[in-house]
Amino acid sequence: MLAFTTPWLLWGLIAIPILWLLLRAIPPAPIRRRFPAVALLLGLSDEDRQADKTPWWLLLLRALAVAAAIIGFAGPILNPENRAPGSGPLLIVLDAGWADASDWPRRMDKASTLLAEAGRAGRTVAVIRLTDLPQPVEFQNADAWAGRLAAMEPQPFAPQGYEDWAKILPADSFDSYWLSDGLDHPGRDTLLKTLQSKGNLTAFLSPRPVFALRPAVFEDGKISLTAARLPGDAADLDVIARGPDPSGIDRELARAPLHFDANAPEAKTTLDLPPELRNRVNRFELLGQRSAGAVSLTDDSLKRRKIAVIGGTPDREGLPLLQSTYYLRQALTPVADLVEGGLSDIIPANPDVIILADVAKLTPVESDALLEWINKGGLLLRFAGPRLAASELSRAEEDPLMPVRLREGGRSVGGAMSWGEPKTLAPFPENSPFHGLAIPVDVTVSEQVLAQPDPDLATRTIAALTDGTPLVTRKENGAGQVVLVHVTANAEWSSLPLSGLFVQMLERLAVSTKPAQPDAQDLAGLTWVPQKIMDGYGVERDAGEIAGVPGEVLAKAMATGPGPNLPAGLYASTDRKVALNVIAAKTEITPAIWPAGTAIEGIETVKAQALKGILLTAAMIMLALDILAALWVSGRIGGLARTTAVLLATLLPHDARAQTPDDIKAIEATRGVVLAYVQTGDATMDQISEAGMRGLSDQLWLRTAVEPEAPMGIDLEKDDLAFYPFLYWPITPNQPLPSTTAYAKLNRFLRTGGMIMFDTRDGDIAGYSGDSTPEGQTLQLIAAGLDIPPLEPMPKDHVLTRSFYLLQDFPGRYAGGAVWVEASDPTAEQTEGMPFRNLNDGVTPVIIGSADWASAWATDPDGVPMFPVGRGYAGEDQREISYRFGINVIMHVLTGNYKSDQVHVPALLERLGE
Amino acid sequence: MSISNDLRARAETLGQSLPALLAEAEHLAATLMLGEHGRRRAGQGDEFWQYRPAHQGDAARSIDWRRSARSDAHFVREREWQAAQSVTLWVDAARSMAFSGDKDRAPKLDRARLLALALSVLLLRGGERVGLSGTAPKPGRAQIMSLLEGLSSNNPDDYGTPEISGMVSHGRAVFLSDFLGNLEPLETALTLAADRGVRGVLLQVLDPAEEDFPYQGRTVFESMQGSLRHETQSAGDLRTRYLDRLAERKARLTTLARAMGWHYHCLHTGQSAQTALLWAYTALEGGR
Repeated sequence: MLAFTTPWLLWGLIAIPILWLLLRAIPPAPIRRRFPAVALLLGLSDEDRQADKTPWWLLLLRALAVAAAIIGFAGPILNPENRAPGSGPLLIVLDAGWADASDWPRRMDKASTLLAEAGRAGRTVAVIRLTDLPQPVEFQNADAWAGRLAAMEPQPFAPQGYEDWAKILPADSFDSYWLSDGLDHPGRDTLLKTLQSKGNLTAFLSPRPVFALRPAVFEDGKISLTAARLPGDAADLDVIARGPDPSGIDRELARAPLHFDANAPEAKTTLDLPPELRNRVNRFELLGQRSAGAVSLTDDSLKRRKIAVIGGTPDREGLPLLQSTYYLRQALTPVADLVEGGLSDIIPANPDVIILADVAKLTPVESDALLEWINKGGLLLRFAGPRLAASELSRAEEDPLMPVRLREGGRSVGGAMSWGEPKTLAPFPENSPFHGLAIPVDVTVSEQVLAQPDPDLATRTIAALTDGTPLVTRKENGAGQVVLVHVTANAEWSSLPLSGLFVQMLERLAVSTKPAQPDAQDLAGLTWVPQKIMDGYGVERDAGEIAGVPGEVLAKAMATGPGPNLPAGLYASTDRKVALNVIAAKTEITPAIWPAGTAIEGIETVKAQALKGILLTAAMIMLALDILAALWVSGRIGGLARTTAVLLATLLPHDARAQTPDDIKAIEATRGVVLAYVQTGDATMDQISEAGMRGLSDQLWLRTAVEPEAPMGIDLEKDDLAFYPFLYWPITPNQPLPSTTAYAKLNRFLRTGGMIMFDTRDGDIAGYSGDSTPEGQTLQLIAAGLDIPPLEPMPKDHVLTRSFYLLQDFPGRYAGGAVWVEASDPTAEQTEGMPFRNLNDGVTPVIIGSADWASAWATDPDGVPMFPVGRGYAGEDQREISYRFGINVIMHVLTGNYKSDQVHVPALLERLGE
Repeated sequence: MSISNDLRARAETLGQSLPALLAEAEHLAATLMLGEHGRRRAGQGDEFWQYRPAHQGDAARSIDWRRSARSDAHFVREREWQAAQSVTLWVDAARSMAFSGDKDRAPKLDRARLLALALSVLLLRGGERVGLSGTAPKPGRAQIMSLLEGLSSNNPDDYGTPEISGMVSHGRAVFLSDFLGNLEPLETALTLAADRGVRGVLLQVLDPAEEDFPYQGRTVFESMQGSLRHETQSAGDLRTRYLDRLAERKARLTTLARAMGWHYHCLHTGQSAQTALLWAYTALEGGR
């Protein structure tokens, strides 16, 4: 589409043929030259008479230039906005929910285009986000909105307040543009009608499909994942599970393909993960969908705890209902992985919870192991029973594996032989983890063990009977805890194990995991504090200081989806975590239906592009070319062709033998011994390395027969390493990892006798442990790809200690750090009469240290040290030793184990003398 | 008043330009003397050449008494260049000589004047008589100044014609010109000169542009004064034919010179003046 601002100017194009004729008639003017030898020219005639006409191509160039200028001044505009300009206020409506996030930039572009258009038309504008809480709309200047628009971000929930917005819209009439996310949200009809009643409504729809991921469900030992979308063509997506790896770095743990059939609204896939991996999954996401709706955070519902259940009585055959652990197994099997076996076998398997049902006697070994396990974070859940009641456990003195002391015998109420009614449960106190659980009226306790009244008893009681006697007591022990339920785990002493409350209590104790979606009752009564919240793009961040919410509110949000006051994210209360996802299991994804007659446009922004500038530039360029061409035709720039040819000849690669910069560098590097350093990309660091190598080169020149050339910086990606015997590699924390080809080069370098001296330069802080600093970690990353042999701290008789100077310290700017070299042959032994072991057959390929040698060696071009070393004269001594070490290193690199062989000289001389 | 002003201005112009020219010419001449003729100047500039026994007819004045007193015979102190040659220089000062093909290059006339003056210095030092055409050749260093003055005159014509007045019979002559004009007057002059037994040198001074013809495109070529004019549509096409004509002219000059017993040499302002000076000096010497 092309339009012109001043189309009548195009009539000027008629003038071009006239121009053609005119130009053709006027040849270029001749040059007048004084030339004494003209006498020799007299009588010479021209061979070609046509040259006095303007050449056709020059004419064409001029005509084109004029045409471009005429068209340019006519003001052509590519892709003009052809929407009828309206008048009056304009309302731009953004859904700004999770479904908008994946193409938010395009929406922003469209909105700013609309805004700019309105600005040009002089209309007042308002922009509203329907995900915001409804607030009065103010129509303002378009410029005032431009900045605010840029700051708008999509929200991690669906728009909820359509009807409220409809109510609060201004009474006056206005036009509206609705950049819809294409989904139907409650109250949409009302808002649509309101907007249509105020003025023209234009809707903008994005062609991009909307995908949403429902929370993962644990079914039949597998994780089942469901994704929803608006019906459309067949599509293939990947779901990935992310979580921390063993070193704590967030990474992809698993991936499953997801296939949508054509027009299918949902697709399903399953992931079969081992429990260790499954428990680590933090979130599932649809790959490539940048939206909070395509992310599903996981909570406890996926985490399956390993629980060991140990019953006190031997199983009585044929009486399963009387088994002490029957109800526990029933309650836990669907939600946890049960571990079977004896206590001593179970503890090494490190279960999350160990349940002892009426177990009184433990061997000292078992009880010590159990105690240690609890201290490390285990949860020991004990149930009372006849054996416990009869035992002497925790009578006089509190047993470490019991939360309270027990009174002898226990009590029995409401039984056949006792007075009174069976007791019921008192409401759970607020500090109890069970707070908020509804207590069924039919739960009664007829027998229990009793706790000794102790000062701590009140704080340790987390559930009590109506008469105040503790029913469940708890004690913290190290990082773990011990919980005692004062009744049996079967229905012998109370009806608690028969009720749903029993399961809920186990859940609250984080013994079992919640089955799927927690219901309102589960959450009620607790305050849930957000730990991580998601933004509209599905990116998690730390929740910071956001206040907790009551369980009831959270439960409601779980059903209706997150909202402005309740962002999607991970909420925690004590040990339990609940994920509030944008898309719940039942969230419906239905397409928005637009009533007939609504103007609907795509969201693609095609910017109106004024071509005037381009055309005028083209005209100017053509005119400039015309000048050159005219000069050339008339011979005024005779030399130009030659100059250009020479210029081109110098620019173009003209000779295969010509020296490339690589060749020049290679020649420089092979002129003599060159100490090389790896360029880290940090200019200061590279400067220090260069100065260090220069200082060392100077000292080598002064003191030894090695006379190095000027040091060189090496770009690992580009330069050939074959010319350098020695490479100094300072490690900076933000150094990029070498590429695969660079690694290949480095490994070849190491294998063919080169030496790399790694220097983490953190000897002042790192001490002896390698990876405690960022530099150390970077070194580990870099060295992972290198072919480095086993290392050891430099032994006292290493050849490096005597290759030129006799040394025992290897300081750089920092003294005392360990220096690691290739491990010596373990079989090497000191021969009788020899001061050293026969070691180091060959050059160690790497020296790793942290002493910042380059800084100690560094001199400026005048030979003055650049950095202080130590203090005063002692520091200068240290610098001297540091130089000596450098010289030893270079000598070792260049002469290998020569000094080691020197050990044999006396023996050789003796043999020669014979 | 106005005449004296004019004179003074001219004198000052002269005074400014001539010493430079002179110095340059002296410098040029000095290099040549040292290179080719240094041995002749032994003995602190003494003009002594050799002693010979006095013959009959030698004037008593010419006898060197000091030398004769050391022996029985009489000796005459013979000096070098006893019989000085007369050399006449003609430097073409026409407008065509003012041409330079490049703004960094001196006009041909400059080179011609420099060569002429350097040659004069050389010859005068050697004891020859040197004069410009139209004037009588005179010996001595003082002559240099009058030569200078004579050299600084200009000819308003496009092309110059050689003058042979003032030429001494059996003397030497040096013609410095571009020889681009009509060759008829040159032929006449050479014939007359040959008649008088004068031999000499034709030095053709050309600009590299004239040798190269580096022109392209539609061009109107004009002589320096505009008397001749030639228009072409494509100057580049003319180049080969122009070069042919130039070679033809050089050949004609060579033939002409050889026929008259003269020497011909072509030199370019782009080259060193020393080579040309050496050639000219040798040519004059060899022709003697």
